[in-house]
Amino acid sequence: MNTTDMQKRIKEAAADFGWPRIIIALFLAVLFILAPFVKVSIASSLSDIINRFGMNALLVLAMVPMIQSGCGLNFGLSLGVIAGLLGSTMAVQFGLTGWAGLFGAIALSTPFAVVLGWLYAKLLNRVKGEEMTIAMYVGFAAVMFMSIMWLILPYSSKNMVWGYEGKGLRTTITLDGYWNRQLSDFLAVRLSDNFVFPTGLILFVAASCAVMWLFLRSKTGTAMTSVGSNPDFARASGIDINKMRTTSVVMSTVFGAVGILLYQQSFGFIQLYTAPLYMAFPAVAAILIGGASINKASIVQVVVGTILFQGILTMTPSVINSLLQTDMSEVIRIVLSNGMILYALTRKSKVTR
Amino acid sequence: MSNDTPLLRLEGITKDFSGTVVLENVTFDLRAGEILGLVGENGAGKTTLMSILFGMPVIRETGGYGGKILVDGREVRFSGPFDALDAGIGMVHQEFSLIPGFSATENIMLNREIAKGGIIADIFGPRLSTLDRATMHTRAKTAISRLGIEIDPEMKIAEMPIGHKQFTEIAREIDREKVRILVLDEPTAVLTESEAEILLDAVKRLAATGIGVIFISHRLHEITGMCDRVVTLRDGKSVRDVPVGETTVEEIAVSMVGRDMAPPEKNQDNRVFGEPILSVKNLWVDMPGEVVRNVSFDVRQGEIFGIGGLAGQGKLGIPNGIMSLYPAGGEVLFKGKTLPRGNPRTALAEGIAFVSEDRRGVGLLLDETLEWNIAFTAMQSQNRFLKSFLGGLVRLRDEKAMKELANTYIDMLEIKCTGSKQAAKELSGGNQQKICLAKAFCLEPELLFVSEPTRGIDVGAKAIVLDVLRKYNRELGVTIVMVSSELEELRSVCDRIAIVSQGAVADVLDPSASQAEFALSMAGLRESGKNRIKEN
Repeated sequence: MNTTDMQKRIKEAAADFGWPRIIIALFLAVLFILAPFVKVSIASSLSDIINRFGMNALLVLAMVPMIQSGCGLNFGLSLGVIAGLLGSTMAVQFGLTGWAGLFGAIALSTPFAVVLGWLYAKLLNRVKGEEMTIAMYVGFAAVMFMSIMWLILPYSSKNMVWGYEGKGLRTTITLDGYWNRQLSDFLAVRLSDNFVFPTGLILFVAASCAVMWLFLRSKTGTAMTSVGSNPDFARASGIDINKMRTTSVVMSTVFGAVGILLYQQSFGFIQLYTAPLYMAFPAVAAILIGGASINKASIVQVVVGTILFQGILTMTPSVINSLLQTDMSEVIRIVLSNGMILYALTRKSKVTR
Repeated sequence: MSNDTPLLRLEGITKDFSGTVVLENVTFDLRAGEILGLVGENGAGKTTLMSILFGMPVIRETGGYGGKILVDGREVRFSGPFDALDAGIGMVHQEFSLIPGFSATENIMLNREIAKGGIIADIFGPRLSTLDRATMHTRAKTAISRLGIEIDPEMKIAEMPIGHKQFTEIAREIDREKVRILVLDEPTAVLTESEAEILLDAVKRLAATGIGVIFISHRLHEITGMCDRVVTLRDGKSVRDVPVGETTVEEIAVSMVGRDMAPPEKNQDNRVFGEPILSVKNLWVDMPGEVVRNVSFDVRQGEIFGIGGLAGQGKLGIPNGIMSLYPAGGEVLFKGKTLPRGNPRTALAEGIAFVSEDRRGVGLLLDETLEWNIAFTAMQSQNRFLKSFLGGLVRLRDEKAMKELANTYIDMLEIKCTGSKQAAKELSGGNQQKICLAKAFCLEPELLFVSEPTRGIDVGAKAIVLDVLRKYNRELGVTIVMVSSELEELRSVCDRIAIVSQGAVADVLDPSASQAEFALSMAGLRESGKNRIKEN
């Protein structure tokens, strides 16, 4: 009796956490166990995972408002990323360094993110039910348009423009001397030779998560969630559905902009041109792995999903490369992230209507 | 086999959809050459009965049916529409099942095309044989002419007037050589009167050739005008089966609504009402399937005002229009002031609450907790259940207050659930309805619209819901406008009942009015005596 009861309880707990997550977590554990045998340092791997978590967490967190409001997964996250790029390049152009550089970049990005997000929301409100497809095209189009603009816009900082012509931005711009690792190194704790805990970065992420958590508990956040759950119910309760959706899209875009700034400061470079294209998919994959459906997501899912996804991305290439003695990291990364999206989308939980 | 054997006999047909009985012991015969009228209110089970007869897969998927269907005295059990076709049963559906881009001939001969061989067919098999269009044309023409009308067999369906589409559909059914039983499901609903007459003539002509016809219609005059016998279905039972000569339109209407002629228990207390709290003048509402054309009525402070009528006549459109959930126009005065339209928020702010008939679609957040479901509307429209932090800078959900509120209503309305954190979708229909009521009650409205409060819930829950509404009205003096298709329910709760027919108020009746009066108002046959009881 007792054992069956126990089994049942374990089963329920497992189902609650979700089999996909359990399997991925187990896989990750196996990789960690294998690591010492192929001479991959566990300490540096852990350090890597924590860093990558900090770099990507905000981009994943940006998915939450749009999921909650029923706009689906934000495949158009590149729009927020572009706003972030505009902000950071402008901060470099204005010669802002250190804290002024980082927060200047955030301040400069936000207006762009708000305007772009607002326009993007206008569009998404006209294509209800097809948001994700349209979002993907919006992302592609915006990135391509900006690829032209990066060449034309009148940037002149020597650190950013092509050396031989003196105009047009380079594909990669170093943040050395500006705000490279400004947050990551803030209060950073060196635990061992190859394990550094990026305290500042993690604190910033935690604060952002707290803001989102509080927002979802506010009146507006509650209304937004109800729009995602059942728009007809929300409307009958006097909620302006389009306004809620617009708010969620703007929020998502702003978080995307701040997210890329965190990514840059940790990575050390601003990546322009087609780079924003590669930001949306991993974020989508991470939140889906975290257990979010296409219209329900929570902060816990963001954290769990980002850790699992980044963990796999960090560990698989290093362990498997060492096992196979070839460099397949990029291939493995692409297969993994796209495979996970595919898997997650087929498993998306049905919404009761 | 003797001549007495009926062409078709339904014997004790019973059907339930996951526990809800929709047909119970339905029995009747159909003889060759006979036209049988089948009448009943919406939801009486007509369509389900015809689906069983036609062997629709949906019946089998939902657990089959009980009872027997006998054709020529032999029991049959169809495993699909094709079996029914083979047995000689043809059906013309309420909605057209025609291919718009095909001509009449092609539609009539669909899947029965006459083919002629050819070299290609010889080599690759019969699937590639060519059509014998000349023969098909003649066949289609014959079928159409049997109906006694003229349609160009080569005309595309898309270009036809609606009446001709209906004829094409019937022609398709009678083209089968074997067809002996023809079911017409509200064939005249979409036709003009002159078209309907032609169709009725055609049906009579068909019956004369020995085809048995089951004719379903809401137009009772057509039934008495052409049928030989009329069977009434009510709440899934065949309650009446008489030759048409022995009955009248009025009697048929009464049999559809209910045989209980005694007025229900009356509200003995002499109730006094105040000034009109809600005045509706020339309201129109564009709600698909429930169009309101021109409705005017007054609701007095403190009363329970009922709105009844058959489905599709517009009764549901009235509250939905007033709450601005669908485009509407006309004048709505609430407490003497014009109620602005365009946003449900304004109606909510004025103190009007609405319990929607679409419980799962509009009434509930199925994936959310009961706490959310009950408190949400009050939170959004009245800023309740919010807690201020940092001197009002941040206002968050007051989860504790929400839980208390939910528990209060769970106790008060005897909602069966595992707790206030359960998701609304896990509750039974009756308990979901109670949640919807709790949501509305918690808004503390002055005027409450409840739309189909007992739809799809069991008898016990029905009684509780009605009781709660009555109590709510008596104890707190809240004016209630209740829309329902169940007349008995309206008569037992309401102080006055407006009957809506064809998008307009046909009559405002006292609940003690006779069954016949209600029935006639519903059938739209009672034009005179509008607002009979103006002020009592």
